[in-house]
Amino acid sequence: MADLEKFRAETRAWLEQNCPAEMRKPMTSDGDTFWGGRNAKFSSDAQRVWFERMRDKGWTVPHWPKEYGGGGLDGEEAKIVRQEMAAIGARQPLTSFGISMLGPALLKYGTEEQKKEHLPKITAGLIRWCQGYSEPNAGSDLASLQTRAVGDGDDYIINGQKIWTSYANYADWIFCLVRTDPAAKKHDGISFILFDMASKGVSTKPILLISGYSPFCETFFDNVRVPKSHVVGTVNRGWDVAKYLLQHERAMISGMGERGVGRPLGQIAADSVGADAEGKLDDAQLRSQIASFEVDEAALAAAAERAVDLAKAGQSHPAFSSAMKYYGTELNKRRYEILMSAGGIDALEWESDRSKGGARPRAWLRTKANSIEGGTSEVMLGIVAKRILDLPGA
Amino acid sequence: MALVLTEEQSMLRDSARGLISDKAPVAHLRGLRDAKDTTGFSRELWSTFAEMGFSGLLVPEKFGGSGLGCVEAGIVMEEIGRTLMPSPFLSTAVLAASALSRGGSEAQKAQHLPKIADGSLLAALAIDEGAKHRPLQTRLQATRSGNGFKLSGDKAFVVDGHTADLLIVAARTGGSAGDSNGLTLFLVDPKARGLVVERTAMVDSHNAARIVFDNVEVNADQVLGEVDQGFGLLDGVLNIGRGAVASEMVGLSDEVFGRTVTYLKERKQFGKAIGEFQALQHRAAQLYIDIEITRAAVLKALQALDADIEKAATAVAVAKARAGTTATLAVQEGVQMHGGMGMTDQFDIGFFMKRARVCQELFGDSNFHTDRLASGKGY
Repeated sequence: MADLEKFRAETRAWLEQNCPAEMRKPMTSDGDTFWGGRNAKFSSDAQRVWFERMRDKGWTVPHWPKEYGGGGLDGEEAKIVRQEMAAIGARQPLTSFGISMLGPALLKYGTEEQKKEHLPKITAGLIRWCQGYSEPNAGSDLASLQTRAVGDGDDYIINGQKIWTSYANYADWIFCLVRTDPAAKKHDGISFILFDMASKGVSTKPILLISGYSPFCETFFDNVRVPKSHVVGTVNRGWDVAKYLLQHERAMISGMGERGVGRPLGQIAADSVGADAEGKLDDAQLRSQIASFEVDEAALAAAAERAVDLAKAGQSHPAFSSAMKYYGTELNKRRYEILMSAGGIDALEWESDRSKGGARPRAWLRTKANSIEGGTSEVMLGIVAKRILDLPGA
Repeated sequence: MALVLTEEQSMLRDSARGLISDKAPVAHLRGLRDAKDTTGFSRELWSTFAEMGFSGLLVPEKFGGSGLGCVEAGIVMEEIGRTLMPSPFLSTAVLAASALSRGGSEAQKAQHLPKIADGSLLAALAIDEGAKHRPLQTRLQATRSGNGFKLSGDKAFVVDGHTADLLIVAARTGGSAGDSNGLTLFLVDPKARGLVVERTAMVDSHNAARIVFDNVEVNADQVLGEVDQGFGLLDGVLNIGRGAVASEMVGLSDEVFGRTVTYLKERKQFGKAIGEFQALQHRAAQLYIDIEITRAAVLKALQALDADIEKAATAVAVAKARAGTTATLAVQEGVQMHGGMGMTDQFDIGFFMKRARVCQELFGDSNFHTDRLASGKGY
């Protein structure tokens, strides 16, 4: 315990000294997120400095082993780093699907060679990854995917189409589910494979969403040649890897939304709605909605903390991330419904500088995907019913 | 601190669960109700609780207790919630023990705490006066008189007030209703002249009391804490009680949920278990998620109370608000998914619904605590 308190004091001092003031302000636009990659650009000098300092300390991913560029911290220490970063509002120095999705799967299923090849480039922000899971006819029923990988000597030849590939147009590599045995039952003929998006035959096409943004793409594979050694885990057992990765993806999505950061929602609402003489929000119904939301938000934060602690204690259920994903995404949608209601007509402007190009309504619309991406809320409830509650026929 | 139980805490849970499920299943409460037992709980079982060290859980070791904290009290409350065991645990071992150890003089502690620990003294906290929990609105008047005070006014919903040997009474010595200044806590002997206790059997087959004070004389040395400055002490004790009741509601919700899922797997209609219907599966999954999130919020609040009670108010408000809405959902889904059987007295599920309603009102319902959170955050 004394050691941990010492570590906390050191962490606090180090962050205080090394986190630029600008990197402690709440993020206001997509450009505030640093994704890394071959074509990465920093939006400010402070962003670059913060990233480099954290990278050099191994704290872009504090809990990964040092040999792969992580910080080598144990669970308690990593939690302290998270808490101390949150305490000063420090931004994530690097955001990537390599960290939140591929990394955990590689650590569990990858060969030593694969780990050494890919993990250090993730922690150093050199390679940006995207996820090739969904297809036009394989959404909630993901295991029915049809993208084919056919053996040709030491290689596979891959043909097919993915959809909803987040930032595929910016990504350097893809982790992809392909069908390697079309004769097997649908869950048994899938492999998990990695390849370079610059490979011949790969093309992407952004999809315009209701927010006016295009964070997702259609991704096409036309005779893409990939070495067989790029398969992670066992050939035809890729569904195991896919499911394991999905648990991490769902945990990540459940944490979306700027929980507990910045000003309380009630105060943000007071800017536009106004307050009475006692400082109470001048809209009793809205005040009550916000307060209920904040009760649930605080409870979810406790549950997220507990989920990590349970995992550390070996007491967590592997499907629990589905429970968190369901609740976290529904809550984030509620948050933006409240923000839109609180903003009134000011939250309706779509293009003006005053509205930062319609930042709020666009963010509101973006949240509607939260309960769809990574498995819909209905799929999550089905997983909880089947795997945790053991209800029949689910 | 990790948001999981330590090994010692898990052992405490196991021993509490063993005792309570063995000696006081729901049938125990049903039996007391059917017998119209005016005590409403088993004194014999309370002695066993004392022998196991549960009654002195929050009593400091030097006064014969085990000096444990709110997390441990919450663990016992959660087990009580699973079988709805009626006992003076909340009124005496949680509320009175906290009030005395936090606010009592050495003499007061030495007089009462050992008896709470050994199970020989039952005590009750008298706060509420109106239909809703509004401690700041306390009106019961304490007027200085000779070497003490005279108390006049009414109290209601005094949990276990019908059996108490000692009352802890919130009274107004200054200011007016709504002020936090001017509140004082008194230790009052229920047999004092001018004091009338009316047992009120409640919907959940537990007991409380309405108490009328008509110029009840109380000596100055029976003030608990400081005159006029009792609200801080009271609020802390109430927060401990809120955390404890929230724990009871987690146990209650979890038990109702478990029974309901079992029923979904057993009950057949249209030739299959009703748990195969997606409409019910999704509702069961939502309820499971709701309970697990509330469980975390409650543990967080209990840990916050043990770490620094002055900073625990928000966490407690979150816990009590969530526990109330979760328990309300759990019992409603429980009855609905049990169908017609859920409406029968023969099935236990109705007992849980009744107790959940009472727990909601105890020390502020979900609305009260949600409002508290908003006010605390300045909007």
